[in-house]
This record gives sequence, C-alpha cells and structure tokens, in this order.
Amino acid sequence: MSGKLFSAQSVAEALNCLKTEIPFAIWETFYVTVLSTALAVVIGLPLGVLLVAGEKDGVLPLPGWLMKLLNAVINLLRSVPFLILMIMVFPLSRLLIGTTVGTTATIVPLVVAAFPFIARLVESSLREVDPNIIEAAASMGATPMQIITKVMIPESVPSLLSNVTIALTTILGYSAMSGIIGGGGLGQIAINYGYYRYKYLVMVVAVIVLIVLVQIFQSVGTALAVKSDKRLKH
Amino acid sequence: MIEIRHLCKTFSSGEDRVDALNDINLTIADGDIYGIIGMSGAGKSTLVRCINMLERPTSGQVLLDGRNLGALDQAALRQVRREVTMIFQQFNLLMQRTCLQNVCFPMELAGVKKADARRRATELLELVGLPDKAGAYPAQLSGGQQQRVAIARALATDPKVLLCDEATSALDPNTTAQILGLIREINAKLGITAVVITHQMSVVKEICRHVAILDHGTVAEEGLVSAVFAAPKSEAGRRLVFPGRVDEQVSDPRDQSQLRIIFRDSRTTSIPLVAWLAREQNVMASVISATTQPIDGETYGGMLLSVNRGELAAALDFLNAIPNLTVEEVTDLVR
Ligand SMILES: Nc1ncnc2c1ncn2[C@@H]1O[C@H](COP(=O)(O)OP(=O)(O)OP(=O)(O)O)[C@@H](O)[C@H]1O
Ligand SMILES: [Mg+2]
Repeated sequence: MSGKLFSAQSVAEALNCLKTEIPFAIWETFYVTVLSTALAVVIGLPLGVLLVAGEKDGVLPLPGWLMKLLNAVINLLRSVPFLILMIMVFPLSRLLIGTTVGTTATIVPLVVAAFPFIARLVESSLREVDPNIIEAAASMGATPMQIITKVMIPESVPSLLSNVTIALTTILGYSAMSGIIGGGGLGQIAINYGYYRYKYLVMVVAVIVLIVLVQIFQSVGTALAVKSDKRLKH
Repeated sequence: MIEIRHLCKTFSSGEDRVDALNDINLTIADGDIYGIIGMSGAGKSTLVRCINMLERPTSGQVLLDGRNLGALDQAALRQVRREVTMIFQQFNLLMQRTCLQNVCFPMELAGVKKADARRRATELLELVGLPDKAGAYPAQLSGGQQQRVAIARALATDPKVLLCDEATSALDPNTTAQILGLIREINAKLGITAVVITHQMSVVKEICRHVAILDHGTVAEEGLVSAVFAAPKSEAGRRLVFPGRVDEQVSDPRDQSQLRIIFRDSRTTSIPLVAWLAREQNVMASVISATTQPIDGETYGGMLLSVNRGELAAALDFLNAIPNLTVEEVTDLVR
C-alpha cells in the first residue's frame, strides 16, 4: 500500500478530488456541524440551566423526581454510542426530514447526540459562577429568571464559549462518522475513497482537511472565549 | 427603624442542628450606624441575612418600619430589598460588566429606564469618588475601588438601610479607613441607616454609634459604643475590649487581687491614681497594664492594677468615689 500511496496516478486522483469534490464537502461538513451545534445549543442550554437552577438549593428549585428524570435521560442518551444512535433515530429523521440519508438528514442524529453533551457542558459552566454573586443579585431583588438571564449566563459567557467550541469539534468528528449513512461531507469522501475503493491518498487528504477544520474551530473558539473574558486584565 | 424580635435561626441537615441565632432582640433606629460585632461563627452573617430575608428565620420577627418582613410574599420582599441593600466582604461585583453597568444593575432589575439608570449611576460613581472608572471592569480595580463600586451599586435604588457584612475585612488598614469614611459620609449626607457587621473592634470604634456584641448566637450586650467599650459588662464584651487578656495572668491570684479601672475624659486622666492610693489609703498597687483609646470622639483609659488581697476593699472604696471612673475586681481570670 505504501508503495502505491504516492504513485503518479494516485497523486493525480487526489489533486483532482481536491479541486472538484473537496471544496463542496468542506462546505457540507461545515454547514452540518455548525447547524447541528446551533440546534443542540438551543435544546441543551435551557436543559443545562435547569440542571443547575433546578437543584434543591438552586435559584429555581424543581421537584426532585423531575431532576432525577432529567439527569437519567441525559445520561442515557450520552451512553449510547453515536454509530448506534444514528441508526436508532432513523424513524425520527424520517418524521422530521422525510428521509434518513443525505446531508440534512444527518443533522437529526447529530443534534440528538449533541444536546445532552451540551447540557452537561452548560451545567459545568454555570456551576463556575460564584454563588456569592448570585446571592448578591438576590439581595438586590432579582427574580429567579433575572438571576438566570442577567447573572448566571452572562457571567459564564467565556466558559460557555470554550465549552461550545469543544462541542463543535466533537460534533465535527461525529459528522465525519455519519459519512457511513451517506451523510455527505469530508467523512463520506474519506469512506468512499479509502474504505470502498482503496484510494488511500484521497482519504488521507480528506482527513488532513478535517484536522485543519478542527484547528480553525478550536483557535477561533479559544480566541473568542479569551477576548470575551473581562476577568483578564487586557 | 428595624426591630428584631425573638429571632431564632436553626440550621438542620439530617441529624445535625446548629442554633446559629437564639432569641435575638435588637432595635436599630433610623439614621444610626449600628455595629454588630462578634467572633467568627457567632452568627453575624446569619443575623444580617435574616434582616433582608435572604435567610428565613426559624422563628421570631424582623420589622422594618413596622412591617413584618417574614409575612411578605416574594414579590413584596424583592421590593423591600431595594430599600435594604447590602455590601459584602468579597464585593461580589458582576465580573463581566463594567463599573457603570454594575451600578446600573439593580435599577435594571427594578425596570428603571436605561438612560435614567445611566445618569444616576454616573452620579453615584462620582459620589464614591470613581468618576473615571465608569468603563473599567472590576478586575481592573483594586479591592478598595471595587468596594466603592459595590457601595454605589447598593445606593442605586435609594435604600433606607445599608447592610455591610464584613465590608472592610478584605482591605488593608488605610483602605479600610477610607471605606469607613465613605460609609459615615453616606450616613450623614443621605441619612441612610448603616448596619455594620464586623469582627474588628477598630471598625466599631471608628464609625458606630451603637453596638451589639454577639456571642454564640445571642446578644451578650448592647448599647452606646462609648458605654459598652468603657465598661463591658459581659464576658464576651470584655474578651473583645481587652483582647487576649494576657495582662490578667501575670500576678498570683492567691494573694493578689486585680482591679480593672476604666476612666474617661481628661479630668480623670489628670488624677495621679496610683500615687493617691498609696498616700491616702496606704495601698501599694502595681500597674500591670494601662492604655488609652479614642472612642466616638472621647478618650478612654483603662488600667489593670494588682493589690494585696487584704487591701482590696479599701482600694475599691477609694476608687469608687472618683467621678467618671468605673472599677471592678477581675474575678474570672483566664488561666
Ligand atoms: N447554611 C448553613 N447551614 C448550616 N450551618 C450554617 C449555615 N450558615 C451558617 N451556619 C452556621 O451558623 C453559625 C453562624 O454562622 P455565621 O456565618 O452567621 O457566623 P459569622 O459570625 O458570620 O462568622 P464569620 O465571622 O466567620 O463570618 C456557624 O456555626 C455556622 O457554621
Ligand atoms: Mg460572616
């Protein structure tokens, strides 16, 4: 295999692929990842808030059984391997999108896999907020809702940004895995060429592009988190 | 006026019960600067948090101008918390907001129009001496400056009462003096009642008119600062006013008696007490310790004398006859 990896033919093939298929695949991967993350945040953020605020001595205590249920569901979804989850949510994809294959259809399993993860990340971000600051807000007459929206979330923005970045890069990896069910994007190119047609160089190129994407997401996310943090003297 | 009536607070988690406050009765008059002092764990923070119902009392009442705060619902309580505001040891500013936005925060909660809030916040930052820090973030300020912002924030809703829980405990002596000066100024200028929680004697001496000494969840004694400090009646009071009490341990209690003398104003301090005792009563006293301290604009002196047991009665009679002077035998020696 190594002998053939850089043969004139395989290099030409890889270059051709880089010109024709990869740009669109980058776009697909980007769009699936960002959209899935955004939707997962829409579901996961409120759940993460409930996990913290709904506790017995939280700002908005919820019944104990509800908290137990919420925790159980989140843990359950998080413990199913993504590959299995993808297949398990087929009915849901069919219901929402009308199909189970294709780029848009992979958004469904990605969101289902990512929102419990994001709920946990949001939970850990919110727990970093100094309880004394929350008490100070309560001493000024803040309602529980005001404490959540004006104190807990704004005070943890830098941490939320770094955690969403973690989620984004993880979902990028998942989205590549969804190439197996015809999810499109870089993952599908890697599988189609590398696994089904033994064209390893194209697969390597696709993987390198994925690595570069992860690097870019991570750097931008970290930079934003640092820039947004007013606790640092800059 | 704040009236605290038979206030009790018990924390219980499972089997454990902590009686943090036990039958507290205090009256804090409008416009007063009222100190609440006590050792760590005495229940000071719990008491102050019961005043604005951050902590619900187990029993008893807190009355603010006659209104029983324990009977109010959450919405009414939030309204009260705009009248009774609070500053903290760790300042507790919102770290992701500028100083101006921090001062605006309570007004934002109350639904004040943004432009009005900003105008008022700017005035308040001026009042606390930080007009140039409006756009700075708390992390860019020193502790003293952060506490000034916190004070401005606490004044934003025009409160009647300012609760200060160890507000200067994280600051150095110089900055402490400045912040206390600011609290005194606010009290004088705006007529805001200040409740000052502290474990530092010096803070009470510096700004308070009245003081309550808290000991193991009860009020050991209370009254005018000058009175309490001149002649502390309770054991807890004496422990605070004469910290350490090492001076009481230097003579032999079997044949020596000790007298604690407290005197005030310069007429008394000009009396050569020890010499008089020797000349008039033939009592030879030895001075174990002597101090003078300014409290609330007057100078107080304290002295610990040791005399032979047999001469105690004569010495007490003689000293009791001198005006502006209190004397008592020290009986509960710390060993
Ligand atoms: N939430 C709580 N649960 C259980 N016990 C508590 C709680 N808050 C306070 N206590 C207990 O109540 C007692 C009084 O505590 P409090 O914080 O009022 O003391 P303090 O006088 O403010 O002390 P310090 O000077 O150290 O701040 C302590 O024994 C403390 O352990
Ligand atoms: Mg305390």
